[in-house]
Amino acid sequence: MDATLAIRTEELAKRYGRITALAGLTMSIPAGDVFGFLGPNGAGKTTAVKLLLGLARPSSGEAWVLGAPLSDRAAHRRARGRVGYLPELFRYQHWLSAREVMRVHCELIGLDRAGWDAEIKDALGIVGLAARADDRVGGYSKGMQQRLGLGVALLGRPALVLLDEPTSALDPVGRHDVRDIIRAIKARGTTVFLNSHLLTEVEQVCDRVAIVDAGRVVQVGTLDELLVTDAVRIRATGIENGAHDALRAFGELREEGEWILVQGVAAERVPDLVRAIVDRGARVYAVEPRHESLEDRFLSLLEKPKP
Amino acid sequence: MRALVIGRLVIREAGRRRLLLALLILTLIVMALTGWGFSRIPTITQRGVALSETQVKLISSQFLILTMFMFSFVLAMAAVFIAAPQISGEVESGTALAILSRPISRTEYVLGKWIGLAALVAVYAGGAAAIELGIVNAVVGYVPPEPVQFIAFVIGEGLVIMTFAVLLSTRLSGMVGGVTALVLFGIAWIGGIVGGIGVAFDNAGITHVGTATRLILPTDGLWRGAVYALEPQAVVAAGSGPAAAANPFYAAGPAPLAFELYVVGWLAVVFALAAYSFHTREP
Repeated sequence: MDATLAIRTEELAKRYGRITALAGLTMSIPAGDVFGFLGPNGAGKTTAVKLLLGLARPSSGEAWVLGAPLSDRAAHRRARGRVGYLPELFRYQHWLSAREVMRVHCELIGLDRAGWDAEIKDALGIVGLAARADDRVGGYSKGMQQRLGLGVALLGRPALVLLDEPTSALDPVGRHDVRDIIRAIKARGTTVFLNSHLLTEVEQVCDRVAIVDAGRVVQVGTLDELLVTDAVRIRATGIENGAHDALRAFGELREEGEWILVQGVAAERVPDLVRAIVDRGARVYAVEPRHESLEDRFLSLLEKPKP
Repeated sequence: MRALVIGRLVIREAGRRRLLLALLILTLIVMALTGWGFSRIPTITQRGVALSETQVKLISSQFLILTMFMFSFVLAMAAVFIAAPQISGEVESGTALAILSRPISRTEYVLGKWIGLAALVAVYAGGAAAIELGIVNAVVGYVPPEPVQFIAFVIGEGLVIMTFAVLLSTRLSGMVGGVTALVLFGIAWIGGIVGGIGVAFDNAGITHVGTATRLILPTDGLWRGAVYALEPQAVVAAGSGPAAAANPFYAAGPAPLAFELYVVGWLAVVFALAAYSFHTREP
């Protein structure tokens, strides 16, 4: 397998009896990317992560994590030493302190004991828990537990980190902090696999996105590829009624007060469109290319009539 | 070895959650009470005449067996309560997700749990039994014939019920697994008595019931081994005869070597079942 891929899956599927949790997932995630796995609740996102970590066994298909195939259990287990994971619903041993939880995980990863303190200090620093590191986890707020979870996932400088809904239980400040932490992880050269149903989160931190629904990937690509710019908004006054017919030659028109939205117009035709408006005696105040928001895209993809 | 990380966590949890402290305090209270009880035995008089030394030792040996029966029951209950939620609890709370995503196999995880629990059972059973025997020796000067063998049998009994609870914990919630293990422990105990009745009335069918329960869950068989280690020759001689076989506080003979080997095999098989069961579990 290509060494530059952190994750590759081929028709990876998981069925529970008659319920299909994941129906043939095929994707490649280059090393170093922040990859968003976006879909509504119940789309199969958590199932995909559990399969990748060997926590659940695929019904069919194959996946490679840092080059190790799921079917080779020993190799996959070794590869897990370089993978960090933040589960969606989790709890750490509440009778331990954060530092003790981290020591347990350092040992499970197999890190050299001499390096634990530095490793833990580093992780605590990134997630902002250094001041409370010796308090019992049982006394932590939800936000602090989430920070601890992120910190544990960072131990051992993993090559790949899988985060399952890392901000779903957090307040806006916590979400902002988590986004900063994800950027810090990326800056270390770590690949991030981010499961989320929160579009803004994915929009703000991810290089590439897969949109999943009902156990299938509906679309994969960079945000620029997914969010096509084929619409332009123009604020103009004095457009004669008869002018509309001429403008329709450029694309579909929609009037929004003083604004006109022209959809389906290629970027290189926008100057011609503006000239056509001006030629018909109108005054143009503003021209804005309109990115389709991820949310619109998401909804339009999921709304496609199902067979 | 990663199993030891898990094993140490089990022990640390027992310490941190004050389980060991609670057991220690309760055990000390029981020991103080029974110690006082033993100290009263030499003061018993029959029509104004004090008991002979032999009589004191005989009564002490019976009282000790009764005390140790209660102790072994507490040990079994404690082992079940600690073991039954060990794996299922971590799966339910999500604690297992973070651990099992590390480079650790399911077998190592189950083995770690078992090692930690076995250490707790052995230390508690061995420590508490040794202290109790010491107290009895100090108070009435009585030492049972095979104190070390007795402790080994009691530890074995604890390990058997604990291993069984670990197996259940790979599939059932702590509550269901705990109740199931305790009910089976009770059935095994009654099965032993029923088997004894079969021996007493020379009824092969009933005897087989006892043998079968002893093989399915060998706790009662081990308990009989422990009882025998506590019995002075005089008691064994006095109790000989089929009618005594049904008495749960009496053993006519030592546990056969074949049975002891069977228990070792039983532990290995049940542990293997637990590891296999957890391999196929998806947390």
